[in-house]
Amino acid sequence: MNETLTLAMLWTDWFNLFKHFASISIASVGGPLVLLPEIYQFLVVQQSWLTDAQFSASIVIAQASPGPNVMFVALMGWNIGLNAGGFGWAPFAAVICMAGILLPSSVLIFVTARWVQANQHLRAVRAFKLGLSPVVISMMVAAGWLLATANTDGVRDWPLWLLAAVTAVIVYRTKIHMLLLLAIGAALGASGLLVMG
Amino acid sequence: MWSLALIALLTCLIASLMTTPQKQHPHSLGELFNTFSMLAIQGFGGVLAFIERELVDKKKWMTRTEFVEEWSIARTMPGPPALNLCIMVGAKHFGWRGALVSLAGMFMFPTMIILTLAIAYAHFGNQPQIVDALRGMGAVAAGMIGATGLKLLSALKTNPLGVKVCAALVILSFVGIAILQWRLLYVLIVLGGIGYVLAFLKLKDQA
Repeated sequence: MNETLTLAMLWTDWFNLFKHFASISIASVGGPLVLLPEIYQFLVVQQSWLTDAQFSASIVIAQASPGPNVMFVALMGWNIGLNAGGFGWAPFAAVICMAGILLPSSVLIFVTARWVQANQHLRAVRAFKLGLSPVVISMMVAAGWLLATANTDGVRDWPLWLLAAVTAVIVYRTKIHMLLLLAIGAALGASGLLVMG
Repeated sequence: MWSLALIALLTCLIASLMTTPQKQHPHSLGELFNTFSMLAIQGFGGVLAFIERELVDKKKWMTRTEFVEEWSIARTMPGPPALNLCIMVGAKHFGWRGALVSLAGMFMFPTMIILTLAIAYAHFGNQPQIVDALRGMGAVAAGMIGATGLKLLSALKTNPLGVKVCAALVILSFVGIAILQWRLLYVLIVLGGIGYVLAFLKLKDQA
């Protein structure tokens, strides 16, 4: 049932893997999740370094675990390492992928942050911070909206929407610990209450 | 009598405005690392909601307005926006060492947890209960991010663009992304560009 891959990765292949993530890092405005189609195309379709199942599992696990969402890239690397020869290669491949996706964008934001700090009184800098504020805040609200409605099956999944809406009100109005809310969400889900027949 | 009460009320109001929460800052690289580590291991479904609450509400390293201004840059540059923000905070207080320490804090413990989960998932990942629990957590995470955005809207009240222009930009962006499914990058370039130009002109008037 589970399709498995056995790879013979050459040093040039590892370099290409790094290069792929490094090149899309610079294009990842909004975070690496927007790059999923390109990553899929490269790793699964073009190079066949990763199976379909490994690709989706990497995203699911990253979303289920704490920490930045970009960790899915490390898991993809981990799986490629497993395919290429087992547990010895997995950490190496994970580091290769994470270094690729993080280095260019991190260096760029660091340089930008220093420049912005030094020039914070420039009219162009203030206009950028203030002028983009409404749009980037709205994007955050929209992200919540899209996450709440994605992966749902129309009106049939109204309990999930309700849970998202109630959570939003509670987080907005109270200082209740958000881990507690996540635990309640997990418990409600596991109990089957969120799934309509 | 009434005027006395009014004066008392006004004094209280002014006093409360004067004693706006004291700005704090991280005292050491260790504190920076611990703060981001704690954030990271709590941040299920993304760390953003936790960053806002911790840095603005609890630690008071930045005000909500400052958070929004920094977020404008973090969200516009390539790379994971939440991570960009952490690098900016680290760099602001401790230069390149701060940036590295923030990154390390964000990734060290989550890496250990996620690899444990990856191994567990290979064994239990197909259990329907796990799948349903994850969907429940996903819904909560969505609500958390939405609420964080709604809270940040209050920072727009002092934006020089004015409430009406801000409201128009917020509503247009939301409808474009959430309802009409416009591509995020285009919304950022077009509507963000409009906001930039308007702010640029406005700031000139004030100077």
